[in-house]
Amino acid sequence: MENILQEIGIDNYIYLATLLFCIGIFGVLYRRNAIVMFMSIEIMLNAVNLLLVAFSTYHQDAAGQVFVFFSMAVAAAEVAVGLAILVAVFRNHNGIDIDNLKNLKG
Amino acid sequence: MITIVFYILSAITLGTAFLTILSKNPIHSAIYLVLCFFSIAGHYLMFNAQFLAIVHIIVYSGAIMILMLFTIMLMNLNKEDERHKPILSRIAAVVSFCLVAFVLLATFIKAQPALREYKVSGQDYQSIQVLGKVLLNDYMVPFEFASVLLLVSMIGAVLLSKKEHINS
Repeated sequence: MENILQEIGIDNYIYLATLLFCIGIFGVLYRRNAIVMFMSIEIMLNAVNLLLVAFSTYHQDAAGQVFVFFSMAVAAAEVAVGLAILVAVFRNHNGIDIDNLKNLKG
Repeated sequence: MITIVFYILSAITLGTAFLTILSKNPIHSAIYLVLCFFSIAGHYLMFNAQFLAIVHIIVYSGAIMILMLFTIMLMNLNKEDERHKPILSRIAAVVSFCLVAFVLLATFIKAQPALREYKVSGQDYQSIQVLGKVLLNDYMVPFEFASVLLLVSMIGAVLLSKKEHINS
């Protein structure tokens, strides 16, 4: 089976992952809705995962893909705790608008 | 042929990621994000990493996005009443997006890869068998720590979302 990196090259994957990561940054900065900000963080994590898999194929080493598994586990834990925090915030503030969370402001 | 597939998948990935951020309704955002994750799983399949693609679909599209959709429905957010940020901070977001994308892309375009030639050695390095051996031999301690992390996050989520009784 011939490999994809011979056809496409690692450069295109680097550019794709970079753009995806920047879209995630844009989403965190652009929206006020906390859930959409969470989704943007997921997009950033996925960009990094995609690049890890690309370099794992590039070096023909399984360690990169194993690292992606750990990254997925951490992402799942992060989403569980984050959504629980969002539910608690929703109960206390009656909304999850980020700009309303000013209680910790000095 | 495979180049065309790559470009189509990349277009789907980037387009749905943008639509995730730009759509007003959070439910539409979640559905676009599911499409984005499926296209990333397609990228993994093109790398011939089948196990990773399946796990990605199960974990992201199956678990995380369902959790997010449930939370959106629980909070009754499926309406488009979100106020926008002030125009200045939105412009600042767009400008910083363009700047970060420009700097990173310029860096990576100017950088030369260390290995020019990509050679296929023909050895098996990404089948489930090899991955399982690597995961449970070389990375056994991080694997156990990941299970501890998942347990702790589960307990934390239950504790956080429990209703608090106010002592009076």
